[in-house]
Amino acid sequence: MEPAVKRPGAEPALPPSRGEISAALIEYLRDAGPLPDGAALAGADPLGDDLQLALYLCYELHYRGFAGVGDDREWDPELLRLRAALEKPFLAVLRARATRHGHADEALDELLVEPLDGQGVSHFLQDKGELWQLREYAALRSVYHLKEADPHAWVLPRLWGRAKAGMAAVEFDEYGAGRADRVHAKLFADLMTDLDLDPAYGRYLDASGAEALAIVNMMSLFGLHRALRGALVGHFAAVEITSSPGSRRLAKAMRRTGAGRAAEYFYAEHVEADAVHEQVVRREVVAGLLEEEPHLDGDIAFGADATGWLEDRLADRLLAAWRSGQSSLRTAV
Amino acid sequence: MPAGRPRRIVARRDGPMLVEGPVEIALEDGTTVSSDRFCVALCTCRRSRIYPWCDTSHRKHSPAPRPGSGD
Repeated sequence: MEPAVKRPGAEPALPPSRGEISAALIEYLRDAGPLPDGAALAGADPLGDDLQLALYLCYELHYRGFAGVGDDREWDPELLRLRAALEKPFLAVLRARATRHGHADEALDELLVEPLDGQGVSHFLQDKGELWQLREYAALRSVYHLKEADPHAWVLPRLWGRAKAGMAAVEFDEYGAGRADRVHAKLFADLMTDLDLDPAYGRYLDASGAEALAIVNMMSLFGLHRALRGALVGHFAAVEITSSPGSRRLAKAMRRTGAGRAAEYFYAEHVEADAVHEQVVRREVVAGLLEEEPHLDGDIAFGADATGWLEDRLADRLLAAWRSGQSSLRTAV
Repeated sequence: MPAGRPRRIVARRDGPMLVEGPVEIALEDGTTVSSDRFCVALCTCRRSRIYPWCDTSHRKHSPAPRPGSGD
């Protein structure tokens, strides 16, 4: 099969590598070398920069791809084999270290209680975030928000009845309810423009550390595997439950720093939208899936726990850097 | 109200009322707000800072930070 012709500039360039595995993978994608061998994979840190970037590159072939890389590479059996070898230790570490609950209601009920004296990133940005920190935050969140809702769309064909209808309704809202200018990814691009960032897809992949990539990789992992549909739903529920209060704090941070109207609007819209989404996801998607497939209870809890665990790791990196006045990014923006 | 199926509102004591959109709401100060979202969550605890829409202010609070709140 001939590789499909690419429109120039439509896809991001391949980023620089971060180690042996990602270096070999990038060479392979350029038709310039073999994939990494088993020895490189065996010694890799499942949460480290090298493995997380390699996994991100494998997954990105299912979304927008890269300039100079043929569209047909999405189903290259060698790449799928590598992806599976990268996913295995990542999933194992999430299962072993993140799991705290055995049942969906326990995991989600905990998220429904709002701490009075929260110490998270949104609390920091609300109270004392400076514009440069908001820019860093937006740059590394862009690896997800510029494809907001896309990793979750993979789950739709794996659901039935109430769970499918509820999930589709929330995704429809995320995709702008039929209006291109309201697509959440577009609203985020507008926020980036307000913050004087480049809204081009994939622009800040190289700036984003392993902790940020791991969150998006978890979404793609859960979304692309039917076997992990319960975890995807649990992850999505955790995001929708925690988003509304967090977005209120981020909207306040944008307002206080004069970041701009679009920057504030992105988070203000998520306060209102996600208060609705939380209700629909808990009452229709989670409850509907549990009714159809009660054996997925533990996986729903796992998806929620994994989300919180990875978000906490990102928060630790950001707050440690910012509290000492340093950049949290790998490259300056 | 046109004839047909009555509009369904989902009410729970521990959260907002869920109403199928679009909706138009007349407020006590004479203003009107509207939303064309597929479903809207109407504040019933009266603590919302974006009243009449829910902003999750009805939630319980705990003194201690919890794991997984690193938003």
